[in-house]
Amino acid sequence: MTDLAATDPLPKPKRDLAPILLPVALALLMIPLIGSTSSWLTLTAASLAMGMMIFIMASGLTLVFGLMDVLNFGHGAFIAVGAYVATLVLAPFAASIQADSLWMNLAVLGPAALLSMAVSGALGLVVERVLILPVYGQHLKQILMTTGGLIVAEQTLYALWGPQIIPMPLPTSLRGSFILGDVAIAKYRVLAMLIGLAVFIAIQLVLNRTKLGLLIRAGVENREMVEALGYRIRRLFLGVFMTGSALAGLGGVMWALYREQVHASMSDDLTVLIFIVVIIGGLGSIGGCFIGAILVAMVANYGGFLVPKLALVSNILLMVAVLMWRPRGLYAVTSR
Amino acid sequence: MMILSGDPPKSRVLTLLLVVIILALAATPFLFPGAKALNVAAKICVFAALVASYDLLLGYTGSVSFAHTMFYGIGSYAIAIALYGMGPNWAAVATAIVTGLPLAALLALAIGLFSLRVAAIFFAMITLAVASAFQVLASQLSWLTGGEDGRSFQLPELLRPGTVLISKSLFGFEVNGRIFTYYLVLAISALMILALLRVVNSPFGRVLQAIRENRFRAEALGFRTVFHLTYANCLAALVAASAGILNALWLRYAGPDTSLSFSIMLDILLMVVIGGMGTIYGAIIGATIFILAQNYLQSLMGVASQAAGESGLPLLPGLLHPDRWLLWLGLLFIASVYFFPTGVVGRLRKAGGGKSAGGTH
Repeated sequence: MTDLAATDPLPKPKRDLAPILLPVALALLMIPLIGSTSSWLTLTAASLAMGMMIFIMASGLTLVFGLMDVLNFGHGAFIAVGAYVATLVLAPFAASIQADSLWMNLAVLGPAALLSMAVSGALGLVVERVLILPVYGQHLKQILMTTGGLIVAEQTLYALWGPQIIPMPLPTSLRGSFILGDVAIAKYRVLAMLIGLAVFIAIQLVLNRTKLGLLIRAGVENREMVEALGYRIRRLFLGVFMTGSALAGLGGVMWALYREQVHASMSDDLTVLIFIVVIIGGLGSIGGCFIGAILVAMVANYGGFLVPKLALVSNILLMVAVLMWRPRGLYAVTSR
Repeated sequence: MMILSGDPPKSRVLTLLLVVIILALAATPFLFPGAKALNVAAKICVFAALVASYDLLLGYTGSVSFAHTMFYGIGSYAIAIALYGMGPNWAAVATAIVTGLPLAALLALAIGLFSLRVAAIFFAMITLAVASAFQVLASQLSWLTGGEDGRSFQLPELLRPGTVLISKSLFGFEVNGRIFTYYLVLAISALMILALLRVVNSPFGRVLQAIRENRFRAEALGFRTVFHLTYANCLAALVAASAGILNALWLRYAGPDTSLSFSIMLDILLMVVIGGMGTIYGAIIGATIFILAQNYLQSLMGVASQAAGESGLPLLPGLLHPDRWLLWLGLLFIASVYFFPTGVVGRLRKAGGGKSAGGTH
């Protein structure tokens, strides 16, 4: 141990780059396998867009777990609720959605997404108070309670909107693709990538550059210590939970537009997907969650292109492979 | 007491309840005529065993698995595929048993070694992921599993309804292959429940409870917790697969809806919680209450929904529609986890002044 003078800068934390290189390496490896550069580019763009959407949905889950050791099995419900709420706005304004003007489209899409986030966030408040607070600190009951919450939310959506699939057409100006040479990249995917990246950067900035973020990170590392220093970590947690729920709602809107349909069962499929992402990334790690989401999307897209049969189990195989390498996920943040 | 492994119900009301249930199940073919009653009774038997095996995991080790229907489905599909492919003979039944059960155990071993090694919380998530992949796989490999339609098959001669084993002239009741199958289901389910009771009251079962209460401490005492948890997972998977075999034999069909769907997993969870976690007896009570309610209350919901619709109330018809059965189930589930974490058995034992039931934290 070397002696440090008081004026010396703090030792920099070690950077762990291997996980970051993983998706890059995977993408590069696929070039020769896929053969054509244009389809590779299209697939890579598709994976990135899909990955960003999954990341938006999964980020709240991983933070909530990291911060408060709460595993929310009902996280998928926020996704579905977000998507359904968006239809409330999008259906009456179908004319502006069909109009061939980017601004008119965005003027409807933006408020729809904001309303979805608000409703999901408010629902998050209710869920935290009603379902999670009473069984705080008890894993088994948490899982059972939130699973129950998922069922109730899903069934309520069925009761309110009916069991049929609701179409959710993309706005006209977001249809079609940008054509660069012989590469086609869907416009909506570019938008999804931009939003995802913005969310990721915003989360990183809040976590790493603000006092709030400092408290959250400290809470992830050692909850008791932060409490002992006099911060109300429960309130912090409620804030994170609501933000995570709101992000899930946003992800739900984006996913529904991506698939151009809304159905209550989307929460089931996506729950599994975001669980895999969160496990791969390491519970509680935002960076890991980001990489995990991109990896899952890449495996789904490349796998679906190369070996369609394998696509069914490709996520499981990816998870197995990552956990063999790092049993606690790519970045093990929590000591739990 | 030997047969109960020294773990009696410990409550007079509970004992009475269990005796009534078991007698009713044993006498169903003669007491309640008609196919529906027999179907309900057979389902109660199968689910009592299935839920008891899940209780071994949830109640005794405290780990939540979402893959239990997968093992149940493996059993169901094993016998369905074997009898469909090899024709209705006993060799097919034997083949199903010697392939289905080891397959379930191996898969449970793999999942256990993989996810129980790190954090217990991984287990719930990984089982959910694996189970959903398996479900997709089963519906996609339609050449093998029949896809969404599932597989219907014929039973061996002895188990068919047309086979008369004891003619009516002898006792005044006709005992045919169907009734024989019912008793087969009842007997094997009962045996499995007794075996599980033996397991949880063995030293091995005590270690499981110790792990549930404090895994770290159990490890510090020198128990290899991963070994114990994985072993329990494999045992539970074996019983679940056997229950799946019984269920498919009874239904003469295996498909995603009857053996793999997520809603069955929820039913199992609910039965465990209603009956009482960590008691094994809770499985019998939970399965009986739940399946009776499912079969006879659901039709009541339809009536209520119609009445609400006719009186012009908003929203209520949709909420009371029989298809929204799961909504009320979910609410019931949350309420029972919150208010009755020890379930019916725990309540009865407490009321009887006996030793308080385990299974809660």
